[in-house]
Amino acid sequence: MSATTASTRPGRPGRHRDRFHRGATRWLILAVVGLVAVVMVTPFALMVMNAFKSPSDYSSGSPLALPTEIYTDGLVYFWHRVDFPIKLWNSIWTSALVAVLGTFLSLFNAYAIGVGRVRGRAWIIAVFMIANMLPQEGLIYPLFMMARRVGLTDNPWSIVIIFTVIQSAFGTYLLSSVLGTFPRALLEAAELDGASRWQILWRVVYPVVRPTMSVLMIFFFIWTWNEFFIPLVMLTSGDTQTVPIALSSLQGDRMLDVPTLNAGALVSLIPTFLFFLVFQRTLTRGVTAGAVK
Amino acid sequence: MPAPTRTRPQAAGPRTRRSRRRSLPYLPYLIPGALAFTVIILYPLVMNIWYSLHKWKGGMAPMRFIGLGNYSELLADEKFWSSFQNSMFMIVAMVLVPTLIGLLLAAVLFDYVGKHFSSSVASTLRAMYYLPQILPVAVAGIVWNWILNSQTGALNSILRGLGVDAPPNWLGSTSLALPSVMLVLIWIQIGYPTVIFMSALQRVDPELYEAAELDGAGWFARFRAITVPQIKPETFVIVLTCTIAALKVFAPVYVLTRGGPESSTLVPSYYSYLNFFDKSKVGYGAAVSTVLTLVIIVIAGVIQVLQNRSARREEEGR
Repeated sequence: MSATTASTRPGRPGRHRDRFHRGATRWLILAVVGLVAVVMVTPFALMVMNAFKSPSDYSSGSPLALPTEIYTDGLVYFWHRVDFPIKLWNSIWTSALVAVLGTFLSLFNAYAIGVGRVRGRAWIIAVFMIANMLPQEGLIYPLFMMARRVGLTDNPWSIVIIFTVIQSAFGTYLLSSVLGTFPRALLEAAELDGASRWQILWRVVYPVVRPTMSVLMIFFFIWTWNEFFIPLVMLTSGDTQTVPIALSSLQGDRMLDVPTLNAGALVSLIPTFLFFLVFQRTLTRGVTAGAVK
Repeated sequence: MPAPTRTRPQAAGPRTRRSRRRSLPYLPYLIPGALAFTVIILYPLVMNIWYSLHKWKGGMAPMRFIGLGNYSELLADEKFWSSFQNSMFMIVAMVLVPTLIGLLLAAVLFDYVGKHFSSSVASTLRAMYYLPQILPVAVAGIVWNWILNSQTGALNSILRGLGVDAPPNWLGSTSLALPSVMLVLIWIQIGYPTVIFMSALQRVDPELYEAAELDGAGWFARFRAITVPQIKPETFVIVLTCTIAALKVFAPVYVLTRGGPESSTLVPSYYSYLNFFDKSKVGYGAAVSTVLTLVIIVIAGVIQVLQNRSARREEEGR
């Protein structure tokens, strides 16, 4: 019995196919899910195609038509019009700093909660969770006033500080549940060897959670990169804005033609897109890690 | 979270006291987090409630205490109510539809495409569904804003090419703007539940399916009796996170319609933003965002309680 199941298992599709998954249905279903995928990607394809058209090329043909020649003036125009390198740099350094600072802040919190089993930890985690869910509208005006008082108006450092705290709320939740199951024997052995709490954190705990921390870093980076509301309010002048804000500020710009707008959108998503390609596996694993734990 | 404490009820006085003493040295590690949390989250949250009790033009202008005045004004404010009504539509677009479609896509990809073709076909498709999730919402909004533009947009110029004389004004008419925004949100959201459900399905023991199959259960019977109950924890997480995201939604509305036309796509977060930075009614905006915050906390609490209850029932059933 067990031998037959074992032997039919790899060939199970064969039995299926005989019953109701014969030839045509199989391709039909693939066609349906494939069609959904095509629909999902169509906006990107349209954007890429139209980013390389000249304004006259765009107005004369259908948006579905391929560009007659590769026209890059739209890209160049967008690049200069919004001082793209400055926005790119602002997005990179704020997101990177938040990723690193937020992760280490999460680690400290999680060390106390998960390993230290501080009293009231269930409540502490609940509070951090709430912080992560809060609508940013409920914090923005006081934060705006505070930034003004400490001289961080229109300064990307305000973004770094705020998002380090907001992201670390999620990080604390995730890392605490990972560290909650940390092998006690390892900690006790280190303690017997005379290691201090600080040494245990860096020599015993940190190496074990480093993979989880790198997933968190990737997440914090992308989340901060994509943030819209708080940067929109906090960063008002061109030199301080991030990429998404710079792009949206072009809306309603009467000087702007459709191909340039598409070129701008294209340029703005290239960094995240590259990031996505490189970290695709880590990202999907991370999404799920956050969901199950 | 309270589970670990419940599992060792026999740990009596001396032991807990010992562990309490042992946890003390860890407290300093909580100081940076607690401090940062107080300054960036707690203090602003309290201040926002404080602002909501005032009439205030913002900035250096004088504040005038009016108690619950802003809140009673809210009760009679039609825009406020319609913004929350639109939140319901956002929940349909960001929770209900994507979760159902995501479940279906994940089941088909995992069960069918992965087995009958190859797992690389399945993961390629999954990546394509997930793509809208990774790009900045602002970029997605800009692209869709162009696609849906009535004059220069891609959709209408395609429709015109097909011979439609007067294609609709997708984002500019009061009856179509909300459905159009919902469509964009569905497009953005689908990848998230799909990815989570796909990994949830990997977790399910294949022997369950084999046993059911031997009993003669068809695909749908197996889906209903095994798949759906097995992936319940993930479903709860998706519903919780997406409902909160739907209530908070701001960037797509800002980029696509700015709440218009005639507040047909107004949502609470955009309404509070409008009061804060456009109408200079800071106290009123603070009242709107305080109500929104409360609604989110209550809904999240309710979902959490439901989840705990269902998890407990499952444990007892076993």
